Amino acid sequence: MEKSRRDFLKIGGISALGLTALPAFKVLAGKKQPVYKLSDKALKGKRWAMVVDMKKCWEKQEKGVCKDCFVACHSIHNVPQIDNPKREIKWIWTEPYENAFPNLEYEYTAEVLKDKPFIVLCNHCSKPPCVRVCPTQATFQRKDGIVMMDFHRCIGCRYCMAACPYGSRSFNWGDPRPYIKKENMAFPTRTKGVVEKCNFCAERLAVGLKPACVEACKAKALVFGDLGDPNSEVSKLLKSNYTIRRKNDLGTHPNIYYII
Amino acid sequence: MLDLAFKGSKKYWRWLIFLLAIITVGAACFLLQLREGLKITGMSRDVSWGFYIGQFTFLVGVAASAVMVVLPYYLHNVKEFRRITILGEFLAVASVMMCLLFIVIDLGRPMRLFNVVLHPTPHSILFWDMIVLNGYLFLNIVIGWTVLHAEKKDVPPPKWVKPLIYVSIPWAVSIHTVTAFLYAGLPGRHYWLTAIMAARFLASAFCSGPALLIILCFLVKKYTKFDPGETAIDKLSKIVTYALLISIFFVLLEVFTAFYSQVPGHMHGLEYLFVGLDGHAKLVPFMWLFAALSILAAFLLVNPKTRKNERTLIIACVATFFSMWLEKGIALVVTGFIPNPFEQVTEYMPTVPELLITLGVWATGFFILTVLYKVAISVKEEVEAL
Repeated sequence: MEKSRRDFLKIGGISALGLTALPAFKVLAGKKQPVYKLSDKALKGKRWAMVVDMKKCWEKQEKGVCKDCFVACHSIHNVPQIDNPKREIKWIWTEPYENAFPNLEYEYTAEVLKDKPFIVLCNHCSKPPCVRVCPTQATFQRKDGIVMMDFHRCIGCRYCMAACPYGSRSFNWGDPRPYIKKENMAFPTRTKGVVEKCNFCAERLAVGLKPACVEACKAKALVFGDLGDPNSEVSKLLKSNYTIRRKNDLGTHPNIYYII
Repeated sequence: MLDLAFKGSKKYWRWLIFLLAIITVGAACFLLQLREGLKITGMSRDVSWGFYIGQFTFLVGVAASAVMVVLPYYLHNVKEFRRITILGEFLAVASVMMCLLFIVIDLGRPMRLFNVVLHPTPHSILFWDMIVLNGYLFLNIVIGWTVLHAEKKDVPPPKWVKPLIYVSIPWAVSIHTVTAFLYAGLPGRHYWLTAIMAARFLASAFCSGPALLIILCFLVKKYTKFDPGETAIDKLSKIVTYALLISIFFVLLEVFTAFYSQVPGHMHGLEYLFVGLDGHAKLVPFMWLFAALSILAAFLLVNPKTRKNERTLIIACVATFFSMWLEKGIALVVTGFIPNPFEQVTEYMPTVPELLITLGVWATGFFILTVLYKVAISVKEEVEAL
């Protein structure tokens, strides 16, 4: 049978296309996934949440500038300190009331709230838009509600940054490593071109420790716990206090609550 | 058939070398971006998509050039379009290629691109955009090439292309719709959160794509022996007219909803674009230029005298194309990020390397377009000479 070069190229091209079906085939073949075993010490929860008592935080702030929670978080997670606001990376920081809660602010905002700094971080939403839009599942939600990032899978499309209504996500516009003062060898550094954000200290929960910011707060303004447990401290605080959430009306169900 | 692309006049080669030179500069800047990261661009934590994604969004629209000739020809038997369907399809191929390139160069880690295929995620609109864009590219290459090949051999096109042609029509609608859905489904980005986003995308696509096609038809007529035909251009110009008017109407709908309801979130984006927000007004001149050009184009297109006059029609098409470029390629994407989630305004301006990379991608698109048009027109000249 005679084959022209054109036919050879055509068949070759179609075969190459067929190879792209390989991953789909692998999925359908249903290989058994390895199972990860959790440490016995690990903290377990159904829906992790944080209650931030801003009054306690401000009391402490009046005695002098306190940045304990940011420092603790940023140092253990190798968050680079880039001073350019266009390129900066932050996991936990403060924003004035007007900016953190733009939909609650009005002309006669109470003096106790006006311009007051509010601690902001990833809300670990129960219905996270960032997870919905991520094309590679590099951002995903765990069963306990934590919204996590796989820094090695992220392609850096920044769709999650467009989707997050809280500005919680930062992108590594350049190599972050020169901006890390002291590297924590127990946590990965990131490469340029990936997105990052607060991970609710998943790596600490796994060994039975509370998030670093919670531990670092001397004013005990940050309370971390499981909303799935009605007797947890966070559940009790929510029952007995008036709390607000950021942009509650967007239906993302944020899991950071503020006592004001 | 591809051999026809290697036989050309001096002018043809000079043009290709000129494009290659721009591509080389763009590629060099892209290497710099690969090494340094996206910090060489003007994008920031607040405005995290910029010029690249803007061009991608605009060029998805230009790809509509194909469907606007294919649909009338195959579904309504508008015979005038027979001669230019191939031009529409090949313009779509070049546009979609540019779209894909713009997505890739915008990635922080382009080497991980295939993670999108390795971990298919149907709940992400970007996953669907990958499917519809690649599908549209594939359809137009296969259909265009096969039909042209048949024309060269002077035989009717094989039967199996017909279903592909019919599929390509709704498929064209899908590329605009899915691309609009990238934006229209995000909570907290008020400027994008509008149900008529997909409709706006379709309308602006149906004017910018055919407008460029008309300009290209005139260029083809001027530089080659192939005449796309006066009636075809006339029919196309009517399509551009209607689509442009609908486009302008849709923008006005957005203005009404925002300003009559007086909901601040809905007004912010338009305020930023037309008068500036909190003293930030970098896009204001571009937006008024958009308004002026689209009104000028509408004026020239609606009046039959100026629409049928070659010179004024070209002006109208350039104005249409450029005004839609301003609106989709610059304003739409950036304004979604203004104000940011903390209601602060961070402005965006592309940097020089960013512009050079962008130019490089456009040059790549025009390189592909030139080669494809060269093949198509050589075939047409050959057939007509017989």
